[in-house]
Amino acid sequence: MDLSAISPTLLIASLMVAATPLLLAAIGELVVEKAGVLNLGVEGMMITGAICGFAISVESGSPYLGLVAAMVGGAILSLLFAFLTQFALANQVASGLALTLFGLGLSSLMGQSYVGIKPPVMASLHIPVLSDLPVLGPILFSHDPVLYIGLLLTAVVYFVLKYTRTGLILRAVGENHEAAHALGYHVVRVRILAILFGGACAGLGGAYISLIRVPQWTEGMTAGIGWIALALVVFASWKPWRVLLGAYLFGGINVLQLNLQAAGVAIPVEYLAMSPYLITILVLVILSADKGGAPASLGRSFHASH
Amino acid sequence: MKLTRLLATAAVTMGLATAAMAEKTKVGFIYVGSINDGGWNEHHHHSAKEMVAHFGDDVELVFQENVAEGPDAERAMTQMALGGADLIFSTSFGFMDPTINVAKKFPKVKFEHATGYKRAENVSSYSARFYEGRAIQGTIAGRMTKSNIIGYIGSFPIPEVIRGINSAYLHAQKVNPDVQFKVIWISAWLDPAKEADAAKVLIEQGADVVLQHTDSTAPLAAMKAAGNVIGFGQAADMAEYAPHPRVSSIIDNWAPYYIARTQAVMDGSWSSIDTWDGISAGMVGIGEISNAVPEEVKAEALAMIDAISEGTYHPFTGPINKQDGSMWLSEGEIADDGALAGLNFYVEGIEGSVPN
Repeated sequence: MDLSAISPTLLIASLMVAATPLLLAAIGELVVEKAGVLNLGVEGMMITGAICGFAISVESGSPYLGLVAAMVGGAILSLLFAFLTQFALANQVASGLALTLFGLGLSSLMGQSYVGIKPPVMASLHIPVLSDLPVLGPILFSHDPVLYIGLLLTAVVYFVLKYTRTGLILRAVGENHEAAHALGYHVVRVRILAILFGGACAGLGGAYISLIRVPQWTEGMTAGIGWIALALVVFASWKPWRVLLGAYLFGGINVLQLNLQAAGVAIPVEYLAMSPYLITILVLVILSADKGGAPASLGRSFHASH
Repeated sequence: MKLTRLLATAAVTMGLATAAMAEKTKVGFIYVGSINDGGWNEHHHHSAKEMVAHFGDDVELVFQENVAEGPDAERAMTQMALGGADLIFSTSFGFMDPTINVAKKFPKVKFEHATGYKRAENVSSYSARFYEGRAIQGTIAGRMTKSNIIGYIGSFPIPEVIRGINSAYLHAQKVNPDVQFKVIWISAWLDPAKEADAAKVLIEQGADVVLQHTDSTAPLAAMKAAGNVIGFGQAADMAEYAPHPRVSSIIDNWAPYYIARTQAVMDGSWSSIDTWDGISAGMVGIGEISNAVPEEVKAEALAMIDAISEGTYHPFTGPINKQDGSMWLSEGEIADDGALAGLNFYVEGIEGSVPN
């Protein structure tokens, strides 16, 4: 056992990378659920974003165009869900599950000719003086741009939900759609926009995996992160900062357990492998003991005539 | 009345159809992943297609990809057997018990299971001596490492993978006594995100050579990003990362075996056997050693390939101790296949423990 081989600085820097796709997908889903919609299709939207982003960045040679394409891809797929649940008034749980299955199939079809191809590399931001700082440099100033977008997005979502009129309307729609409707807000429109936002975030999270974290395309490469994002939103009691905490905790323990394995720590691998799930849930459960709860209209369909 | 006639007609038609197709040998393949994964499954399928190309119209190929290990595999194989397959290759370790189960129900169908150790009257097993290739990799790794830390990404703790780790370690240590191995198990054959994370962690902990027993190119991508790390192709050549970081590879080549076994079914000479071939039979291919490797190291590696191929050298030749220091092989003793097939311990010098 040689714990000195684990560098805390590098550990923190890589946990941020490991947490980013989860954070992006979860923060998108948080907004969707705050609007009263339960979209279980996160995994499907992520994997679709992963292949859309991959394909476009390979074809165009620009990773940035790929990221945009991933967001558009995720959003378009979520539009299908929006149509089913907001106009056809289909059951949200069933539609979300169908969306995941559809996304997995569609992405594997789209990805047929992209297996084994290397995407263009997205350079990390290298801020001259700051990234060379001893400890803070690698942690704070030498990542790829998307990682910062994830952090910024969390802050923006927190701010908008808490302090703006837009956030208030969104929350009103999620808490009591009949009241919101009576006040003259367009419930369906708000929800569709929220679903599109969630789709774009999930797509970006997927592309982060296929373009930056891995980078390559393989069928099913999101490997359940979309599902973890869904659980994270619930355990974080629909609070953006807790989502961030949960994502970093999950990513962090995941990276830590790999580090411990490599350092030869004498804990059975199986326990190490399940630790990210257990500890993240445990911490968030303890945190959520105070209050918080699901938006009251979560998962319920709305129609003006009902 | 009508129904009976319909059934009778159907039966006759089917009988005719079967008779018409009787000359064709139907060969089935069950894959655990997709046929374009760039690794294990793709190479099995590629070899299957070479077999079909060899026999032309005499064989009919049926295959099913992405079959989960477990009950689903039984269903897939049962379906294939009911569909008239004469010979079924199940190509993943986890298909072992399902293959034995299905084989009991279809005594006339021949089964071939890859990398397992259970056999039956109509079930053969076959595998490749990948540890021979690991010996080459270990030699190159031991010579090339400057940090003396070699990373190893393991999939599942089954004998095949443990053999590889042991073989690579023994040969790295032979040329570089200071070498140290760091092993990470990811519990998957193919999970690019986990493989990439594992590779990054190993590199962060000082490894400048990373070996992998997982199927994706994600670790090579991480090594490329790190800059001064080398790795090897696994199952496939992964030449798109050559000459650096991929400096050589272990390539699976099952085609000669598939051709021979299909031929045996056609001749009626098929019997249950246990095949374990390596570099000499061409079942294990060594991808070109790139120019990132110094000439003298390359020459050393090539000499070892020749020695193994000619049978003058066996990678597990004593003296070798077990991890706990007890003797496994005495001076000059060569491990027998039985011991290798069930290998479940690290050799002396590797830190950490094998997950159980």
